[in-house]
Amino acid sequence: MTIPAFIVISIIKSALVIFVLLTAVAYSVWLERKVSAHIQNRWGPTRVGPFGLLQPLADGFKFMFKEDLTQPHVYKPLYIAAPMIAVVLAITSISVVPFGNWLYIPEIHLGTWLGHTLTISEIETPLQITDINIGLLAILGITSMGVYGVALAGWSSNSKYSLLGGLRASAQMISYEVSLGISLIPILIKSGSFSLRDIVESQAHLHWNLWSTPYLYFPFGIIAFFTYLISAYAETNRTPFDLPEAESELVAGYHTEYSAMKFAMFFMAEYANMVTVACLATLLFFGGWMGPVFGPPILQMVLPLLWFGLKVFFFMFLYVWVRWTLPRFRYDQLMAFGWKFLLPLAVANVIFTALVVALRS
Amino acid sequence: MLHLILFLVFGAICVAGAINLLTQRHPIDSALSLVVVMASLAVEYLLLGAEFVAAVQVIVYAGAIMVLFVLVIMLLNAGVEERTKGSRIAVLLGVPGVVIAGVLVAWILLHRVNAAPVPIGAQPGDPRDIARILFHDFLLPFEITSVLIMIAILGAVVLASRPEAVVKRASAEASKAAPELVGAGKEH
Repeated sequence: MTIPAFIVISIIKSALVIFVLLTAVAYSVWLERKVSAHIQNRWGPTRVGPFGLLQPLADGFKFMFKEDLTQPHVYKPLYIAAPMIAVVLAITSISVVPFGNWLYIPEIHLGTWLGHTLTISEIETPLQITDINIGLLAILGITSMGVYGVALAGWSSNSKYSLLGGLRASAQMISYEVSLGISLIPILIKSGSFSLRDIVESQAHLHWNLWSTPYLYFPFGIIAFFTYLISAYAETNRTPFDLPEAESELVAGYHTEYSAMKFAMFFMAEYANMVTVACLATLLFFGGWMGPVFGPPILQMVLPLLWFGLKVFFFMFLYVWVRWTLPRFRYDQLMAFGWKFLLPLAVANVIFTALVVALRS
Repeated sequence: MLHLILFLVFGAICVAGAINLLTQRHPIDSALSLVVVMASLAVEYLLLGAEFVAAVQVIVYAGAIMVLFVLVIMLLNAGVEERTKGSRIAVLLGVPGVVIAGVLVAWILLHRVNAAPVPIGAQPGDPRDIARILFHDFLLPFEITSVLIMIAILGAVVLASRPEAVVKRASAEASKAAPELVGAGKEH
């Protein structure tokens, strides 16, 4: 592939992925409102479009036309930068997520124009913005930087509720990042690569990491999955770990002083992070785009994407389900759970998996 | 060519961040400039073909250590620092010292290191290579380092945790010293 072709294809892929991601973010807000309403015996949004399906669009317009307040007591540079940091980092982490197999488009002749034959040369590209050999580490690095958005928003707002929310968020995210990272090591031991594409390809033929136990039937996959999922919920500040924005104590937490589009950016960042977590859970434990593939070539190309989308949708649904089922933790419970239960469990899982693998080889 | 341009750009960002770190007066601005320095250093590592080191640089320094810095600054609510004019000796000796040291390092690197230029990717930078070096070639030093870090962590825990007897005595003294305060809370 020549350099201009590479640049053009990368731009097209990035634009497509960002478009799909933002649409998914908008509709997961709709999903959350709808599911929560049905859990509580209500209807949820019904007015805008069929089943309220155009509600995210209406919300978007509303956010844009609201007055953008900037309180006089805020520390302005960081106050403005914080939502940008949050949303940029949340969107960036999707760039290494693979959605499916390779895309192959044969040479296309567009016809002749002014005596030149116009053709698009054949394209062969992975369904992913970029496949790097440190994909998983890149995602972990970007999410670990994501704390800055929340922490700086809390601090720069110069209000006590925001500050408490920001402090809680940074303490919580530092604590749960440790168990999040360690819970993924058994998967790395099994697949032997940081590249997300390699990890998915090591799970072919239903050898999903969740239950694939070639070693002594030790359920490392299930333990790793649950430690990952719980830590990831805490990382994304979702119930039962939503102490940074606990309404009953902190008004709205770190985004108390934000309005209009700046507030919407925090909202987008939260849902984009949820999508990333759902993608990562799918890729690492549920075989990514693997699933039954059959039919004509065009169907064979689309089906993996469908399986991937369905699995991600399941995790998004799980997020909403958990949020409207469980109450919030107390702060000391949160810290004790993270450090005294989840972290030792993840470390023990790593040690046992490594031991079993070493004894078998 | 693109590599060189990016390398120079991020090198400039790194140096600018470091200078900004020194000139900013608010601790949080300084801490954030340090984040910029760390992140642009990670990009430099990436451009040199050391992907693993770059990722770890972001995760450990920019992600964990600097977040702790920012957390502590927020927790202590540190304000704008006061500045004195600084001693004249520092200016008189420091500035020429820095210039001389910089020139010396540049001169040594340019003239005394007789190594051929190495193409990007020729040195081990892949996670696999790093793992082989760490866990095979240099296993003993690696393990000794990890034991040392472990001892440091245990030491920190011991220093930070107050024994129960001290806590009990302190709370007993506090209630003895201010009984009216303890009682005052009940009335409201």
